[in-house]
Amino acid sequence: MSEDHGHSDSHHHPEPLSPAEARARAIESLLVEKGLITTDAIDALVQMYEQDIGPLKGARVVARAWVDADFKGRLLADGANAIAEVGIESSGNQLVVVENTPTVHNLVVCTLCSCYPWAVLGLPPTWYKSFAYRSRAVLEPRAVLRDFGLDLDDSVDVRVWDSSAEVRYLVLPERPPGSEGLTEVELAGLVTRDAMIGVARVAALARAER
Amino acid sequence: MTRADERVGLMEGPSALPRKNGELLFEAPWEGRAFGVAVALSDEHLYHWEEFRARLIDEINRADASNASATYYERWLAALEALLTARGVITRAELDGRAAAYLSGERED
Repeated sequence: MSEDHGHSDSHHHPEPLSPAEARARAIESLLVEKGLITTDAIDALVQMYEQDIGPLKGARVVARAWVDADFKGRLLADGANAIAEVGIESSGNQLVVVENTPTVHNLVVCTLCSCYPWAVLGLPPTWYKSFAYRSRAVLEPRAVLRDFGLDLDDSVDVRVWDSSAEVRYLVLPERPPGSEGLTEVELAGLVTRDAMIGVARVAALARAER
Repeated sequence: MTRADERVGLMEGPSALPRKNGELLFEAPWEGRAFGVAVALSDEHLYHWEEFRARLIDEINRADASNASATYYERWLAALEALLTARGVITRAELDGRAAAYLSGERED
């Protein structure tokens, strides 16, 4: 394919379009012409969904904390500042990271509405906003956890954190046994959204289904 | 700009968005555009998201029934075309003509 410097009306295209791509472009260009959408709005929307929808950012933070004790210390001391180190904006809220240990299990809820650490976890699951979860998580957290398949020993201290507009919580799950040989990236792949809300543990091998 | 819509992001079953490690997966840029157009039209109240989703499930089932190799976003695109032409937002002729112009290279932008 030749270069076409100075020939802006050239009909050369670097690669032929696939039929699907041609149809996608046809739809978008027709809708733009009809004034129903703008190209900029589509760009912004796609970018927002790509950034907002997944829990991967939170998983990266957790994996870093597992392999880097200094980072973990900073994360527990000031969550918003620490996640900025790994390139995540905290969206203006205070982020408190609470650590699970063999004797302490943390659970996050928002009893008033649906405050959620968007910056690190993306979209909240539907059940997080349900009245049942919001009301029961504080009153009977152990029963709620059992419903999620997590049966904690009575000796484990369960702490429930009620989110607000100002303060969002993220659970730092326990690193699973058997994960010693994994890299930071592989570890991030194990961390589920539910584990970072505190309704699940991180499993060493298969990613737990929701 | 509003934030991501749960009705879109949390679709389950066969219509669930393809993901990799929890995040959206687009195999080619046009898939992202097709995703964005369908969501934007719902945001603009051209249709309810459930209507689009019903069309998407129709297309998924249709392709599965005929053992078509169509990808998720090819089915998505077919659903979008079906909904927009059924609503008279664009005609099949307009769409075919414009797609042919892109395929031939007559149109590039």
